Formats: sequence, structure tokens, C-alpha cells
Amino acid sequence: MIRVTLPAHLRKLAQVDGEVKLNVEHPVTQRSVLDALEIAYPMLRGTIRDHVTQRRRAFVRFFACQQDLSHELPDAPLPDAVATGAEPFMIIGAIAGG
Amino acid sequence: MSGIRVLVGTRKGAFILTSDAKRERWNISGPHFAGWEIYHMKGSPVDPNRLYASQSSGWFGQIIQRSDDGGNTWHQPGTPPGEPTTTPEGMPKGESNKFVYDTSVETGKPLTTHQWYDGTPHPWEFKRVWHLEPSLTDSDTVYAGVEDAALFRSTDGGKSWQEVSGLRGHGTGSKWQPGAGGMCLHTILLDPSNPARIFVAISAAGAFRTGDGGKTWQPINRGLHSQYIPDPTAEVGHCVHRIAMHRSRPGVLFMQKHWDVMRSDDAGESWREVSGNLPTDFGFVIDVHAHEPETIYVVPIKSDAEHFPPDGKLRVYRSRSGGTEWEPLTKGLPQSDCYVNVLRDAMAVDSLDKCGVYFGTTGGQVYASADAGDSWAPIVRDLPAVVSVEVQMLP
Repeated sequence: MIRVTLPAHLRKLAQVDGEVKLNVEHPVTQRSVLDALEIAYPMLRGTIRDHVTQRRRAFVRFFACQQDLSHELPDAPLPDAVATGAEPFMIIGAIAGG
Repeated sequence: MSGIRVLVGTRKGAFILTSDAKRERWNISGPHFAGWEIYHMKGSPVDPNRLYASQSSGWFGQIIQRSDDGGNTWHQPGTPPGEPTTTPEGMPKGESNKFVYDTSVETGKPLTTHQWYDGTPHPWEFKRVWHLEPSLTDSDTVYAGVEDAALFRSTDGGKSWQEVSGLRGHGTGSKWQPGAGGMCLHTILLDPSNPARIFVAISAAGAFRTGDGGKTWQPINRGLHSQYIPDPTAEVGHCVHRIAMHRSRPGVLFMQKHWDVMRSDDAGESWREVSGNLPTDFGFVIDVHAHEPETIYVVPIKSDAEHFPPDGKLRVYRSRSGGTEWEPLTKGLPQSDCYVNVLRDAMAVDSLDKCGVYFGTTGGQVYASADAGDSWAPIVRDLPAVVSVEVQMLP
């Protein structure tokens, strides 16, 4: 199971508490994780990446394993620790101001 | 009539205020969607329990919320609580926050740019919904005015949206430019006497009208004069802040422009200034008395550089002659050291006798008058900055 953490606003939209757990087929990538997330929680479509271009929204960041993965290619494999569920894939609202 | 419901959108959530017809005691519900900007909420004239809300975030984009029980519970259209959110094939039932500009050759007359602040071409980019206008006849039909300026329509209760693309495609779109708050379509007036006629206003492009349900549009800005554009009387480019009409006289329009209060008696074909003796004719809101089509209200703001009332005095101005002659209404409003703003969608009226008038401030107060403006009192006073105010009469 892939573990995904969402920012508070999106947890409320998705009506979930804590981490989200998803079944994602290998290879595990940003795209495959977000595809699975949006199928499970369609109310999140458009909030993390653009509906049409599928690009990450400007003020959203992706972290995992103490790394900033925001600028990795969508189809690049995520770290093994994310793929095995040892570490969460973290979706973060960028700190843009106080 | 069982009561009044006031829908308040703020920078940090939505609030619903209810009262009986006396309008003396108010119950406050909220914050709904805490932490999100609620640009606008409005109820269906057909079904008062059907509410639409625009929920927005600079981080996470646009969300449309709908309530079918007067604001007690909400859901994103297409994803009602307790029901599967996807079809058996795994596809989302609704895409209520998908606003995609029409660029098709057949209907969209592809438009790729408008003017940026410096006059250079800039691509159209959807940012948020500023205003939701439910149909006068069908609770599942609702219009959305968006930034970057365009008009969208949903006919399935907000589950999906299609651009009314004739507006952007009619020919002047490439000359539109953003106002200080962005390039927003903020006013949508549906003509009660003619379902095919709609008026909209865009900052900073001007006012536009369709007579065929949105297929074709024309600018209606003759008579407007704006010093901040190269040709002050240009066909488009005017920073219209708000337009209002009385439902009994849909051909008479009142406008609060960036500067100037204007009036049209021919459905926008021509405008004349009615600022008269106002202390300043800058402002955002304008509205019409529910029973007196020649009685109108504005809240003068000092200037485009100083968005607060002149002299620190919060005054509503009322004209009983359709403009030009104005009287200040001050009873119950702060008359010293008041430096709030009243934004363009933050005034509304009820249709009780006497007419109730309501407005919200960026200081978090919602003031109400139960006597057509003669006296005022805050019905709530410590909300986040108020962006919009709407009023519903409950059966």
C-alpha cells in the first residue's frame, strides 16, 4: 500500500483523517499515485494538478524521504521507500507567505 | 414568509445568518469551508434550499459547493456524501471544479490572449469563480462569472460547466485587461422579462449584453468615460465595478464604475452620469430598493488608491430619484475612525415591507437596515473580511 499525506484543506475536502492508503500498480510514480488518489477521491481532481494539463499546481509541493520531488518528471519512479509503503508520499501546500 | 437568510462569503469561510421577518435577532451558522475564500454564495429563486457556493484557494484552486437543504449540509455536485463518487467504470460522477475555456473552432472562435497590465498579450488562465447566478426558472441551471473573465453555465446543478463562449469570442476580448483585483467577470444580471437577455460586467473590460441566450454579445459602454485608458470613451476597457437592476424595469441599469455612478434607461445602449452630490463617486457596490425602482444605494469609497470611506465615516448614500440627488445614511454606522471597504458583491436587499438593505465590510461586519436605510445595526461584527452578501426570503 502506498501512503499519501494530504494538507488539511484537502483532507477536509476528501473527508479523511490522517494518511490515505492506496493500491498502486508498479512502477510507482507521481502520476500513478495521483491517478489512484483521484480515482479514490474524485473531489480532489483539479486541486493538486490542473484538470487539463495535468501539471502540478504552482503552490503545491511533493516531498518524500526528506527530498523535494516537486520538480521530478511525473513518470519518474518514486523512491523505493514510498513504493513499499515504508515512507509516505507527502502532498504539501507551499509556504508562500506567513 | 418564515424568515430571512443572509449568505455571507468571507476570506476565511462562509457564514449563514437567519432571522424571522422582524429582522431583530440573528442566528449565525459557520464557518462553513473554514480557511477557504468564499467569493460568493447564492440561492436559487426557484428552490430557496438550493444554494451554490464558490470556494477558492490560491493553493488548491476552485471548488464548487452545493447545498440542497438551505446550507445545513454541502457537497461538491456529482459527489454527494454517502454515495459512490465514481461510476461503475471508475469515472468521476461530477467535475464540478473543471472550468475549461472553449477554444473549439465551431463555437469558441479560439481566443488565446487578452491584455496584461502592461498592455502585452497574455494567455487566458482560469483562476476562480467570482460570482454564481442561479437561473430564475430552473434550480439546476446556474451561471458562473470567472477570472480570467468568461461566463460559464451549468445545466446539471453544478456537476459540469460549459463556457458561454460567444462572450469572449465576440471580437473585443483581445483588448480586455485586468483591473486591480484581476480580470474578473463579477456581475451577471438575468432579465426576468426575457430569458434570452443577460447583462454581464467585467473589470476592466466593461458591460456586455446578449439578447439570444448567450450566443452573441455586444459591448454596452457608450457614455462611459475612463481616464485610465488611452481613449477614455473606448468601446471596451472600462473598469465597471457593479451593475444593478430592478426586476420590474430590466431596461433600467445602474452602474458603479471605478469612478462615476452611471445610469442607463435603454438597456445599456447609452449611459449618463448620476454621481451628483456624492462626496466621491468611487466605490464598488450599488443596489436597488426592492419596491422603489428609482431608489438606489451606494457606499462611496475615498479613491482607487485609498479603499476606505472618506473622512473615516461609513456612509451609505441613497438616491430616491434614480441618481444625481443623494442623501447620506449614517444612523447606526460608525462616523469616526472607520477604514473598512465594501466590496462589489457585498450588498443586497430583501423584499419585506419595509425593504431591508444589507452590506458587509472588509472589517468583518455585516450591517443591516430594516427600514430601507434610515437606520443600521450590525447583525454580526467580527467575521473575516466580507467578500459577498446575498439575501434570501424564506417561504
